[in-house]
This record gives sequence, C-alpha cells and structure tokens, in this order.
Amino acid sequence: MRVCLPAPDDSEAWRSAARALVLAGIEPDAVAWEEPGQGTGDLFAQEAMPLPPPRPGAAPVRASKPFLDLVRMALLNRAPERFDLAYRLLWRLQSQPRAAQDAADPLVRRLDQLSRPVRRDIHKMRAFLRFRGVAEADGSERFVAWFEPDHHILRANAGFFVRRFAAMRWSILTPAGSLHWNGQVLEEGPPATRLDAPGGDPLEELWRTYYANIFNPARLKVGAMLKEMPRKYWKNMPEAALIPDLIAGAQAREAAMVDLGRQDFGPPPATLPDLAQGLASCRHCAIGCNGTRAVAGEGQPAGGFMIVGEQPGDTEESLGRPFVGPAGEVLRGHLQAVGIDPGQGWLTNAVKHFKHQPTPKRRLHQSPTAGEIDTCRWWLDRERELVAPRLILALGASAARGLIGRTASVQRERGLLATHEGTEIWLTCHPSYLLRLDGAARAAEEARFVQDLASFADRVRALP
Amino acid sequence: MRSGALPKTRWTARASALAFRDDGTYKEQMSQPTVMERLGILADAAKYDASCASSGTAKRNSAGGKGLGSTEGMGICHAYAPDGRCISLLKILLTNHCIFDCHYCVNRKSSNVRRARFTPQEVADLTVAFYRRNYIEGLFLSSGIVRSSNHTMEQLIEAARILREEHEFRGYIHLKTIPEADPELVARAGLYADRVSINVELPTQAGLARLAPDKSTPVIEGAMAKIGSAIVEAKDARKRFRHAPRFAPAGQSTQMIVGADQASDADIVGRSATLYNRFRLRRVYYSAFSPIPDASAVLPLQRPPLMREHRLYQSDWLMRFYGFAPHEVQQAADPGGMLPLDIDPKLAWALRFREAFPVDVNRAPREALLRVPGLGVRAVGALLSARRQRRLRLEDVGRLTTSLAKVRPFIVTADWRPTLLVDRADLRSQLAPPKAQQLELFGA
Repeated sequence: MRVCLPAPDDSEAWRSAARALVLAGIEPDAVAWEEPGQGTGDLFAQEAMPLPPPRPGAAPVRASKPFLDLVRMALLNRAPERFDLAYRLLWRLQSQPRAAQDAADPLVRRLDQLSRPVRRDIHKMRAFLRFRGVAEADGSERFVAWFEPDHHILRANAGFFVRRFAAMRWSILTPAGSLHWNGQVLEEGPPATRLDAPGGDPLEELWRTYYANIFNPARLKVGAMLKEMPRKYWKNMPEAALIPDLIAGAQAREAAMVDLGRQDFGPPPATLPDLAQGLASCRHCAIGCNGTRAVAGEGQPAGGFMIVGEQPGDTEESLGRPFVGPAGEVLRGHLQAVGIDPGQGWLTNAVKHFKHQPTPKRRLHQSPTAGEIDTCRWWLDRERELVAPRLILALGASAARGLIGRTASVQRERGLLATHEGTEIWLTCHPSYLLRLDGAARAAEEARFVQDLASFADRVRALP
Repeated sequence: MRSGALPKTRWTARASALAFRDDGTYKEQMSQPTVMERLGILADAAKYDASCASSGTAKRNSAGGKGLGSTEGMGICHAYAPDGRCISLLKILLTNHCIFDCHYCVNRKSSNVRRARFTPQEVADLTVAFYRRNYIEGLFLSSGIVRSSNHTMEQLIEAARILREEHEFRGYIHLKTIPEADPELVARAGLYADRVSINVELPTQAGLARLAPDKSTPVIEGAMAKIGSAIVEAKDARKRFRHAPRFAPAGQSTQMIVGADQASDADIVGRSATLYNRFRLRRVYYSAFSPIPDASAVLPLQRPPLMREHRLYQSDWLMRFYGFAPHEVQQAADPGGMLPLDIDPKLAWALRFREAFPVDVNRAPREALLRVPGLGVRAVGALLSARRQRRLRLEDVGRLTTSLAKVRPFIVTADWRPTLLVDRADLRSQLAPPKAQQLELFGA
C-alpha cells in the first residue's frame, strides 16, 4: 500500500493516514510511505491514494501523549524513513500501550535521534536568522531574512517570530518556501533564493564592531564555538566574516596584553641586602629609568616597627639613605621627642627612586603616580615580608597607597588605618607637608602630627 | 498561500543609517568619538563579565501587536565568539570611567584605557535596533562608577526605563547593580530588569580587601540580601494579587574571579554554596582571571588554566542538579583544596568513594544513579522511565549514554556486574589516560 502525504511537514495528514491504516489493520511492512514532492516527476501522478476503510469492529486507535511528543519533532526531519518508523511505533502501541516510554528501545531511540536535530534546527533558526531592513513602497520598513534550514521546520517555527516581532513587518525567505507577516496576518509564499533577500543593512557594521570587541583573545576556544555555531551557518551571518581574522590575531593580541601587563620581577629576594641590590637595577617604571639611584630602607628589623615615606628626595638620593633631608630631619626630631629612636625601627619609602623635574638650580620633587606606586608595591611587599614589622606608620597618602592599595585621605583617615594579618597600619601626614606651611597653620598641623606620633609611640612601647 | 510571486526587484538596503539622538547633556559631546568607536570601547570593557544568560524569566511576547520582543523561558545564544562564549545579550558598559581602583579591573581609575560613555537613550536605541534584526535577546548593562554610586545607578535604571516604557520592550534586561547605591534605587532596577546582579568579585574577604580596596564584603552582601528578599516578597505578592508587579523574575546572580587571589577550589565551592543558600541566587558565575591590558603589578603573573573554571562550573552543576552537598564536592578535591584538572569532579568523587558503587540501574533510586560518572540528568530520567517497562541490559544503557566505557565500572545491569573493577588501583588511569602536557606558551 503506497501512501503519499500532501506536504513534507504535514503532521496532521500523517496522523489521519496512520489512524486509518491502523483501523484497517494494515501492518507496517505492508505500507510504503513516499516522500512528498519527491515522486516520479509529475505531481499529479501521486494523487493521494484513497485510504482503506476501517475493519469492522476495529478497536479505537491508541496514541499516548509521550508518543505524540516523540513523533511531533521526528516527523519534521528530512529523513524519508521518518513516516515508516513513526507508524511502526504507533502499530506497536496498540498492543503495548507504554512502548513509547521505553527510551532504551532501539525504535524509540531512533525516533528520538530523528527529533533531536529538528529541535536543534528550530533553535538555531531562532538564533542565527538575521533580518535586514528595507524600505517598502509606502515608505515603511520591512525586515527580510534569508535562512537555509536543514529540516522541514519553517511552518513549525513561524509562531516564534510572530510572537516576538508582532509589531514589525517581516519576511523569512528559505529555499523551501517563505513566510510574510504584515503585522496582522501570516502568509506563505513560494520558495526563494538568496538573491531575493537584501544584500546588507547599515546596522551590520555596528554589530560587527560589537562582535569583534566582546571577544576576549586571551581565552581562545575555537572548538567550543564551532560546536554551537558550525561553519554551515556562517555564510548568512554578517559577523562570521570576522572570525578567521579574530582567531588569527588572538595570540598576538594576548601576547601584547600580557606584555603590557608584564611585571616580571624575578624571584623574590631572600635577604634585605639582596633586596637593596635588586632595587638598584629595577627599571619597571619611568622613575626607575630616570637615572637616579635607588634608596633602600635601613634600620633594625628587630625593632618591630616600620616607617614608610613617599619617595627619596634630593638629599636622600645623593646620600643613598632614607629620611636624611629636611623632611627627614623634622621626622627624626619629632620621633625623638615622643620617645622613639628612629634607629631602632625600619625606615623606608613606598617608591624607591627619586621622581623629579630637573631645573637649572635644583631637582624639583614630583609626586609619583598611582601606577608607579602600585608597580613599586612589589618591592615594598617583599620588604614587609623580610622585615615583618608589627606596626607600620605611613607618612602621607602615597605611602598609604603602597601599603593598602588605595589612595587614602590623610585628613579623614589619620590614626589607625587598617590591620593586615595582625600588623597595624597607622597613617599621618608626611613631614614635608609641615615644611610647606607657615605660622598658625603649621603650628596646628605640627601639633596633630606630634599627636599621631605619640599614639604610634604608645603602640611601639606596648610591643613585647 | 499568498497570491502573487515575490517582488521582481531586489530588496535594496535603506540609504540612511539609524540616527542616534543625543540629549545634549554632555558638554564634551563635540569631541566624543562616534557611536561605533564608543561601542567598541564599551563592549571591550564589558567582555570580562562571564554571564550572558537570558533564560528563566517570565514569559512575555508582543503578539498583541504592541511593543517589541518576547521571552519564552529558554534563552537563545544568537552568536558565539571565538572564545566559545555565547553572545545572547548586548553586553556593554554605560561608561568605563570609574572612580574605583580595583586592581583586577581594566577600567580602574589608575588604568590607561581609552574612556567613553553612552547616554541611556543611546543604549536603549542601540538595543532596539539590534533586537529588531534578531542579533540579540536583550541588554546586559553595567557601568563604571561615575560621580557617585547613586548617580550611576540612576543612569542604568533610566536606560532600562526608556526600553520598557518608551519602546515597550518585552525582551530580556540584565542590570548590574551598584552595591553602594541607595536601596530605593536597587528596588526600582528590579521592576524593569529580568535579572539583577552584584559581583562578589573575589571568593575571599582578604582577596577583596587586597585587590578591590574600595569595595567591602558586608556592603555587597547587604545589597544582595535586600535584593533576595525583594524577589521573595514580589513572588509572594503575585500569589495573592494577579497584577502585583514582577521583581527581577529571572532572579539574581553574581560572579567571582578565579585565580587572582589565593583561594582554593574548596574555598570557592564553599563560598558559592553559602551564596546560593543565603541569598537564593539563581547562578554564580566563575571567571578565570584573564590578563588585562595595563595590568596592575599586584596581580599574579600567570593566569589560571581555563580548565579550572570549567571544573568549578561542573562542581556547581553537581550541587544544583545532582544532589551533591557542598562538603561532598569539597571531598573530591585534593588535600590542597584543588579539584583535579584531568578528570571531572563527579568521577573524582566516585573514585574516592568507591564503596558507593556499583549501582544497580534496575533498582537504585534516582539519587544513587545521579552519582554514577557518565550518567547525566537526562540519561537518568530515561533509565527510570525505561526500567518501568522491562529489566535493562548493558546494551540498553549504552543507547542512553555517550560513553559506556566510562559508566560500566560503576553499574550493575541484568547481564553485567563489574568484578573487582571498582577496587582496581589503576581505575583512574583506565578511565582518564594521562595526556601529554602542552607547554605554556607564555609560562612565567
């Protein structure tokens, strides 16, 4: 018995034919399902064969919901055997009502394997179809897309586009037929070719810009992309033309990114003299390259406290020792006054080289940038590990940044600033700040500075 | 059938591109780069955010003929980038100017990247233009902090408001929330957005203090807790009042950076479990720390292997869909707290707890089947349904799984019982033969 359906995706027609065949008691082996439209050439030669009449007393046809769910998608597959396989399962269902629930059964498995690519095709059409805007005769805008589905999914997928783009006018053209939506009614049209679709859209340049920039060249995973977006879809996607160049350039871009960020300081120094030696040859930032000499910290690591300034000044750089210039004198004087011997602790700076502007008469101090402090933080961190102070006094905002990573406000946050792994970090102003003030302002600030030093000194004396 | 063939003439593209309005509020508008340049800068700045999901929100469509767009439960990836990531949403920053100075972030204050900004109107127009061409499912908008947290949050909300109210946009909106912003603003964001998220950024508090000194864990967690309870309240209200407003129907998510601080996999798994529990998060995303241009010297030199991120996602799945408790996932890790990179965490767990196997596919409960390496949620569902019909044999299981060789040592079927296999010392190397190690090109 030969059966031919009116259209390759006409599941309703298959259902009525299959129902009639079951009622007539015709076994699967006796039915030849023909692929609609694939016959001997003349469409009229395949005029639907009259379906056989039911056998008298035939039991009503059973088709469970799991069965219908299973075959709904499978019937849209372009494999010609789909009608036959579905009918075989329907036939079996009449004696074994739960046969469709046995997912491990070879026939059920086969139908499942037919339905999966259909489901995927439907999903990929929703994902990769691209509309292009065109002006219509009346001046309004219509969106037209060209898509090449693998299976008979065009009608099954129409609802999605209607629900999503209801207020737009659009057409979807495929080699198997077309859909046209005018805002009210969905109409079907004849098969189309790629040339019927528009060749571009002005927005595509923006979309390609987005696509190229959202890609992170540092994590190239071409296989993962190809698994979800195989090459066959690329020709109809405006952004896909960029892919070969993006992949080819990725390694160079990552290398450039790594290079820009590279701060390879080498192995950490094992001792404080090693650290001082390493500092001398550090060229990781512009200050390190300005030809001045690095000034390492000095003092007694055993004293338990550390005092961090901003950077060496003119005198410090000349003598190669921290806190020996005018500001250092102020600091040392006040430290003695509150009862701290600066020689008993460790004195150092957040930045180890002297940033300055050369003028004919002298070298003018310049503040280091946040980036320069952060770069030099590697050395300060190593120094903290080697000295292992219990108390740290940061002089000024730059010192604080080197210690805690953010630029603190001295006026608002002076005093105990933070505690890191048991080490207290205290903040006060830099003594050079006092040198820039006069009169009453200087007296007031100096009093606050002394007060901060006194609080710090109390903590130093409380050290075991 | 529509009568009449297609128009004979080819479709011609419209001559003029979309004109983007600007509201003239920015004085530097004159010197601003073009929309295309700014899109490039602001997409580039957003690419380090892993999430691009558009699933699991309320179902909506524009079938009435009003508005634009739909959401139907399952999200759609409209393209894939060569990094293997899905492109589902227009993921951009409103601006990459930022007053914060987080070391792992390319947009931090002290970084030398090019800066740009969009107005909320420009973002909304761009989203609609892309959406109508079926490029995207919606918008994922984040921002650097400009002026103040509240000001930034207001701008983000304004973009979402224009989309929802002026364009009647029914697609997906994901708003990144600024934890320091006023709770009132965060509540407004949830009314427009399908999903709101706040990044916890780093798995440990010490890591956050070191690498993101301007952020604070209590503030972030406080904001997440507020959003969490707002979501629960809105759900509850909708049970009683049909027209109660929806609040972030796709829930809230977060992201943490893996490999920038010292946290082990076990730490990270524990942290996500806490986040899922305390704030009822829909998703925790992991983003393997990736080198950024103009990196801060505080960051580690070497990036973690991308596989580490993958293993963390697998362990996340074990907790969410396979009934594993956090401590069980942690048991799969080595003494240093790291999950093995060469085998998946489920197999690692099974190799460590061999006494739980073999499992009889014809009798074992669902929970026990879900623990078998190589059996996924789908396969277990099919096995349960099939075994109601008849006793299953090994070939039946073979039809439902991709790799019978992986499953076989751990199961019993009507015609198969693994003899001593589970006790073999070389089981691991049989299931995952050691591979030659690729040398790091940029290894330090």
